[in-house]
Amino acid sequence: MSLRPLTAPWFHAPAGHEKLWIGVALVWCFVMSLMMPYWHFRGKQNSTGEAYTVKPDAFLERTQKFVETNRVGTFKNPIANALAAELPIVEPPPGGDAYLIGRMWQWYPALRLRVGETYRIHLSALDLQHGFSLQPLNMNFQAVPGYDHVLTLTPTSKGEYTIVCNEFCGIGHHAMTGKIFVE
Amino acid sequence: MTTASATLSVGPHSLAAPDAPKRVCDTTGLGVCLAAQRFIKLHAVVGIVFLLLGGIAALLLALTRWQTVHLLPADWFYRVITFHGINMLILWILFFEVAILYFACTTPLNAKLYSRKVAWVGFILMLAGGIMVDWIILVGKADVMMTSYLPLLAHPAFYLGIILVAVGTLVGVYNFFATLYVAKRDRAYEGSMPIVTFGALAAAIIAVVTLLHGAVAMIPTFTYSMGWTAQPDPIWYRMIWWGLGHQSQQVNVCAMVTVWYLLSNVIVGAKPVNETVCRTAFALYILFINLASAHHLLVDPGVGATWKIWNTSYAMYLAVLASMIHGFTVPGGVEIAMRERGYNRGLFGWVVALPWRNPALSGTVLSVIIFGFLGGITGVTLGTQQINIIAHNTLRIPGHFHVTVVGGTTLAFMALAYYVIPLIFQRDFIWRGLARIQPWLFGIGITLLAFGMSFAGSLGVSRRSWDVDAQGVYGPAVHLWLGVLGIGGVLAFIGLLAFVLLCVGTLFFGPKNNGRPMADWGTPPIQAGAQIGSLANSHTATRGTIVLTFVFLACFVVYYFANWKALADVWPVR
Repeated sequence: MSLRPLTAPWFHAPAGHEKLWIGVALVWCFVMSLMMPYWHFRGKQNSTGEAYTVKPDAFLERTQKFVETNRVGTFKNPIANALAAELPIVEPPPGGDAYLIGRMWQWYPALRLRVGETYRIHLSALDLQHGFSLQPLNMNFQAVPGYDHVLTLTPTSKGEYTIVCNEFCGIGHHAMTGKIFVE
Repeated sequence: MTTASATLSVGPHSLAAPDAPKRVCDTTGLGVCLAAQRFIKLHAVVGIVFLLLGGIAALLLALTRWQTVHLLPADWFYRVITFHGINMLILWILFFEVAILYFACTTPLNAKLYSRKVAWVGFILMLAGGIMVDWIILVGKADVMMTSYLPLLAHPAFYLGIILVAVGTLVGVYNFFATLYVAKRDRAYEGSMPIVTFGALAAAIIAVVTLLHGAVAMIPTFTYSMGWTAQPDPIWYRMIWWGLGHQSQQVNVCAMVTVWYLLSNVIVGAKPVNETVCRTAFALYILFINLASAHHLLVDPGVGATWKIWNTSYAMYLAVLASMIHGFTVPGGVEIAMRERGYNRGLFGWVVALPWRNPALSGTVLSVIIFGFLGGITGVTLGTQQINIIAHNTLRIPGHFHVTVVGGTTLAFMALAYYVIPLIFQRDFIWRGLARIQPWLFGIGITLLAFGMSFAGSLGVSRRSWDVDAQGVYGPAVHLWLGVLGIGGVLAFIGLLAFVLLCVGTLFFGPKNNGRPMADWGTPPIQAGAQIGSLANSHTATRGTIVLTFVFLACFVVYYFANWKALADVWPVR
């Protein structure tokens, strides 16, 4: 009885249906744990967590330099949004580095990327933690102050993509957006 | 049983000792320690008050995320979401769990609670901490979410309150361990502790590890908020905080599974198919769940892929294996008990014959199904290292944990209350008709809510966000699912309110049942010619259960690989 102490010996090896279920469940657990290393080597979507320490003002400086050198235009937000009414559009060289800042409350700058090219996107936050959430693809990564989080990203579809913030960052959180254009 | 142990020389902490303050339960015939009874009552009542507070917050949140209603302004939305998380995940659950611990270490072992003073200290610390946290949130000084990720900073009273709750809980857990020790020493019982106490013990051990993580994360954050020390590193904070945040959920799982074993025993007389297997499964929780804090850092910078993969699978998913084992042994035990009672028709005749009008039975069954089929499958899948890329911080995450900790743990605790209140408070329930539908209202509501959240999350809607129209990316499908979320939330709140009214109303107006057995909620009568124990040595009597578990596995496999497919469709990234 589940509520009373056990006085008879209770050590029994599993048998019958129970043994079958434990065996099958164990095999399934192995399949699931092997899927991750398999995907790490053979799959194309991985989060390796590549990151470097960086002071927020140093990261801002790198981003500003990146914007000055590579700026190709200006994005005027068609949605009434005082927090990101205007952003510079910046195009990194194919295979090159791009910088993306999350701060209260915008993703800066807007990026223009070429389909099929691979970029190293440096992602960081200046004030609080922010959540990089690329829509409508629904790819999500964490942006943390003090960490230069490098995403080696290859856009494979053209179009206009919106970055929303999915880590709570204060009263303007819901309206914190940014842009990635893929041509 | 009391006569047998009374002939032995027992110590002062056995209820068989001559002057032990106790009563004998009129329903079960078991001894009840009066000190433990008082603290079970106190913790359960305070827990239910916090459940109501958290529930009111939940209703406001559901009516805000239901975009058509969009009730709260932005500042109050974030304030209420912080309040909701703290009251539900910390206060309600911890208070009720301490009540369960005090029960599990006394009555099943025929033991007296180790110390009333220690119990008072723990209770007062917990209550003071809880009130402090709730107050500082409601005055608007701690709009930081339950997780309070640095550099986001709350008023020091927020951290201090959480530390007090954690210390108070640890004091209660100490009282539990001490009771186990003196019960053994004073020979209050013979043999091995029953599975219910064993499960509670596993929960208590994990709680200690969990609360120590909480102390390591919260104390430096508190001193930082006072301006005494430098800011802790945000990633360090995330890793240690989730040692609190995720493992505390495993305390809930342990307590919930314990309640499953307890209620299935009380209602249909079920016992574990195999004690060795069940106890090993609890041990697996203790050993491997520690690694699961990594689930919250899967798309973080600064921790590498190897670390993420190893910790994600908590050592080859041995903690998941434990849940899958309980998922077999709990219904398996019920099936054997029902077949022994003569409900032997076909594969599922025993399911049909279950006392469905008993709210504790329906609550337990719904808890097992919602936790396993919805919560377990989504949890393992979302916590898969790479799949987390398409799930992190979206509404899929609360969509998962509302079917584990609410549809699973909270519903199991509600089911337990239908026996705790008649047995410990010695009052029979009022409004028994409402009680019979309450688990269904709550279970169906929370399931709808979780479906709404999960599908909106799959469409990219983030969690903890006040508005989905400001970004200009979400279409009508999102609004539809957020509507489902809202309706589910309202339904679940009605179920919760019914539960609170039933409990509080019974405490005040329920007919007393001293001197007679509690009013029966419905138990399956033994059929003519049936014999209890006739299937004790059968290893193939669980025909229905094995079919059900394979259906479960099929759902799991389909959902798991569908998510890999969805991941393969997004841009390559590393």
